[in-house]
Parts: sequence; structure tokens; C-alpha cells
Amino acid sequence: MSLQPIQDPGLPTHVHRKADTDPKAAKRAEQQVALLFLTSALGTILFIFSYVGIPQDQLIFLPILGTTNAHQLFLGLGLAISLFFIGMGAVHWAKTLMPDHEVVDVRREQRSKDEDRAAFVATIKEQGATAGLGRRTLIKRTLGLSLGLAGLSPLLMLRDCSAELPGDELAQTNWRAGTRLLTDPGDRPIKPGDLEVGAVAQVLPLLPAGRKRTLNDIAKDALLLIRIRPEEFNLDTERLSWTYQGIIAFSKICSHMGCAVALYEQSTKHLLCPCHQSTFDVTRAAKVIFGPAARPLPQLPISVDSEGYLVASAPFNEAVGPSYWERDSE
Amino acid sequence: MARLSRYREHRFFRPVLLALGLFLAGALFTAGKAAAESMESKALVISADKATLIKEGKEIFARGCSSCHGLNAEGAGAAPSLIGVGSASVDFQVGTGRMPMADMSQQAVRKPPVYDEYETAALAEYVASLAPGPKALTNEEIAWERDGNAASGGTLFRNNCAMCHNLAGQGGALTQGKYAPTLMGVEPRHIYEAMITGPQAMPVFGDKVITPAEKLDIIKWIKEVESEPSLGGATLGRVGPVTEGLLAWTLGLGALIGVAVWLTSKAR
Repeated sequence: MSLQPIQDPGLPTHVHRKADTDPKAAKRAEQQVALLFLTSALGTILFIFSYVGIPQDQLIFLPILGTTNAHQLFLGLGLAISLFFIGMGAVHWAKTLMPDHEVVDVRREQRSKDEDRAAFVATIKEQGATAGLGRRTLIKRTLGLSLGLAGLSPLLMLRDCSAELPGDELAQTNWRAGTRLLTDPGDRPIKPGDLEVGAVAQVLPLLPAGRKRTLNDIAKDALLLIRIRPEEFNLDTERLSWTYQGIIAFSKICSHMGCAVALYEQSTKHLLCPCHQSTFDVTRAAKVIFGPAARPLPQLPISVDSEGYLVASAPFNEAVGPSYWERDSE
Repeated sequence: MARLSRYREHRFFRPVLLALGLFLAGALFTAGKAAAESMESKALVISADKATLIKEGKEIFARGCSSCHGLNAEGAGAAPSLIGVGSASVDFQVGTGRMPMADMSQQAVRKPPVYDEYETAALAEYVASLAPGPKALTNEEIAWERDGNAASGGTLFRNNCAMCHNLAGQGGALTQGKYAPTLMGVEPRHIYEAMITGPQAMPVFGDKVITPAEKLDIIKWIKEVESEPSLGGATLGRVGPVTEGLLAWTLGLGALIGVAVWLTSKAR
């Protein structure tokens, strides 16, 4: 069986609209378009009325929406109706009543005629000679210099995209040996007796005098303090020595993507990260028991100072928060 | 009046009038009874002396609670010991209808309370008599409307509560089917008692970590959120970008597709 080339089917036959042949249908279409434009006009009137007539603080109760601001609601609705129905009317008009002739427009050659191209080149050459660029080399060179330098300035500003490298900033927090734990918010020092069994506290470090706490500080220093019964801990001797009378402190910054892990379930002693559901077991030094986190939350060693307030007994022994290129993730 | 009286000839006039009358009578009776009972119950709490309350509380406990919590509230299996939980815990758990539990699922849910104010107070006094613990409060004792500061409450809420209860107090999911309930429509004293007792999965927020004044700030903020009109239109449950995105992608995009189809269709 030999393959036959598919015949060009040509243009489909033009189907006339009802409104083209039936004057009744045309009349109906006309009325529909008019109705759409009228609706738009009503929308504009609603808009004007809302702007002038409805007080700005007028509240109104509507099902689904609840109690909402009538002024804003009807301004928006009015404007939406006004604009949408102008467009809808225009499209309906064009589709049903505007002329419906089909026209074939054959594509033209894109390339300019040869004589036009030659004339263009001649003009450029002639203008160049008239301006005397070839003769006045001083102007040519200084123009080149100024244009080149001007082009350099936006390139120079790209430097800001890379900024300074953070150095070891990511590995450091404001927790030092002897740094007091403060409530967040409130900035009050905490005594072990302030925390009942089952209690939690959101904690930030006491900064050296004169140093103001920045958002970057909070992003690294945030701590969660949890108290459970000491016998519920399942820790090795070193980690147990980092706790104080059943109080244990973890970095609140998730080791997966850096969200604040603070959903503490008192009943199960689990800490849940709200972003990706990583779950950490408080009794086992925040061991990951579910979810994408690869490492436990860093634990801060704590003890009390001479006045009986909770302090850090050493800095974190690892970088808090998610992994980054230079981090030692062992 | 003349227009109304025309309907008297209608054949549905009598049945409709009868139904309306019966409904009104029932509604009035129910409302009146509830109000009377609530007032009576409150008056009883005020008038009753402690010893009677404890005695009656013990009886209610034996009837309604001891099958799980043990005859002496010592706890058994999944039901914790109630010795030392204090009257605050009882007032929260029973007053919000969480206890007695309807079924042994992951979490006790808020529902219409089973015991009235008097019975709840009696139970609370009985449990408090077993060992000291956090004390129950009345709504009158916490002057959140006068002393609370909503701005400070918002900061405290975002730092301490929002991770579980959602930024607008609408509640949120925890692990294994547990969830932090919504805080909308909760009695101020129950919010306070939850903070000091740490019911179920919720940790305790003691008075040194969040001072009593700060607790009032938090309650004030929650009540402000509750009464806040939704100026931006439908709140979609105030649970954030998931529902908003879902609506935009389905309704919004659906409408756009509909308009596009209409635009390109040929008129007949």
C-alpha cells in the first residue's frame, strides 16, 4: 500500500451566525449587549454610592465572609462589576453582531529590498565621513573611554550580590560559659524553681552591657528550656551533666531548615518542628525520631551561678541550625 | 395589619401558627430553664461551705470519674493520678467538657460540659482537698479587660503559644493525631487555668516564666482576635496560606479558565 500525501483540506466553510440571518436573533443579541453594559453602569453606581454613602468603618455581617467592612467590600464589588461587564459586553457585541467576514492575508517577504539596504549603508558611511570621526582621533578615543567606563559602573554594583562571607559567624552564638538565661519576652533571669515539672520557657542569652540584641542574634541564640522528672532522662553521663535538676536546654533552631522548633508535647516529651514535622525526643538528647532532620538539636550545658540563676556552663559544642557548606556535620 | 389578616383565610394559617407557638414556647422554656439552672448553680457554689462541697464532690467523683481515675484518684493505666493536680486542672478539664472523656482516643475534646457549675466546683474542691495544687479561678478574679495589654499579649503569644495554637489562635496539628485546639470562644478563666496546669500535651507556663500580669495580656490579645472583624474579607479559617492557595488555585483559576473558554468560543 503506497502512502498518499494528505490533501490540503482548505479553509473550513464559513458558518453564518444566527444574528446574521435572523433579525430576531440580532435584536436579542443587541438587548443582551445592552443589558451587560447596563450591569456595568449599575456597578459604577454601586462604586460611587459606596464611596460617598457608606461610612468607612461600617461593618456588615455576611454568611461565609463573616463580619467585614461594608465600605471596602462594596467599593471592590462595584468596581469589579463595572469593569468586568464593560469587557463582557464588548466581547459579546464583537462575537454576535460585529462584521463576520473572513479575510485571507498572505504573508509578505520579511527582508528589505536590495536597493533600500544599499541606500542605508551609503547613508551611514556618508554621515560618518561628515562627522569626521576618522580624522578627530582624540574625540574618538575619549568617547570610547567615557562609554566604556559608564558601562563598568553597573557591573561594579554586582559586587553587592556576593557581600561579605560570613566567616565563622554561623558557628558562633552569644552563649558563653556563665551567660545568664533570660525569658523571651520579658528578659527576666530564671531560677530552677521557676519551672514546674512539665513547664517550658522560651529563652535568650543576657548580652554584654551596651550590646543591643539584633534579629540575627535571636535567629541563632533562641533556646527552649524544658523541665521533666530527672529519672525520665535517658542520657549518657556527659549529657546528663549538661542538665540541671531535670531542666534541659536545646537550641530552638531546627537542624533541618532552621525553623523554630517549639511545639513541645508534655505528654510524650516530644518536640515537633512545625515546618517539616521533624520530631525530637527530649528524653534522649533531642534524638530525631521522625522527619527529615539529620541531627539532634544542639544541647546547651546549663548550671546555676552563685546567685542561683540558670546560666550556660559552656558554649554550644557545635553550630546551631541547618547544615551549611563548611559545617562539620559529624 | 389589614394585609396580615388576609392570610387568616389561608388553609396553612392554623398549622403554621400552631407550630410557631409551640416552637416559641419550647425555646422560651429551654432558655429560661438553662438560665435558671445556671444561676441556681452559681448561687449554690457561692452559698455552699467547703466541707459540703468536698463531700458532694467525692460522691460525684465516685460515680463519674473513679472508674478510670481510681476510687482515691490515684490513677490507673491511661488515666493519670489526680493527686496534686489542683482545682484549676479540674475546673479546666470538667468545665470545658473535656472530662469525662467520651472515648479513649488520642485527645480529650472540648464539648458541652457534662457537669454544671456547682458539680464542677464540688469536684474541684474534692480533688484540691487531696493535695495542694494550682487553684481554680473565676472569670471575675481575672480582670483581663481592665489590666490586660493586647500589644504585650501579642508578643507573648507569638513567642510562647503561636507555634502550636496558630498565629491567630485557631489551633493546629501536633503528632499522631493530637492537635492544639482553637482558642476562639474559650472562657478567660479556662485559658488561664490551661497555662498554669498544662493539660494533656500542653506544657506548663508557670507564673515566673509568664507572670500573672502577662497571662492577662495574653487573654486580652486572644479576646481581641476573637472579636476582630475580618476586614480583608473571608478569613478561610485564618489558618494561613494553604487554604488561601487552595481557593485561589481552584476557584480563582477555575473562573479564569471559564472566562478564557467563553472568550474564544465562536458565537452561533
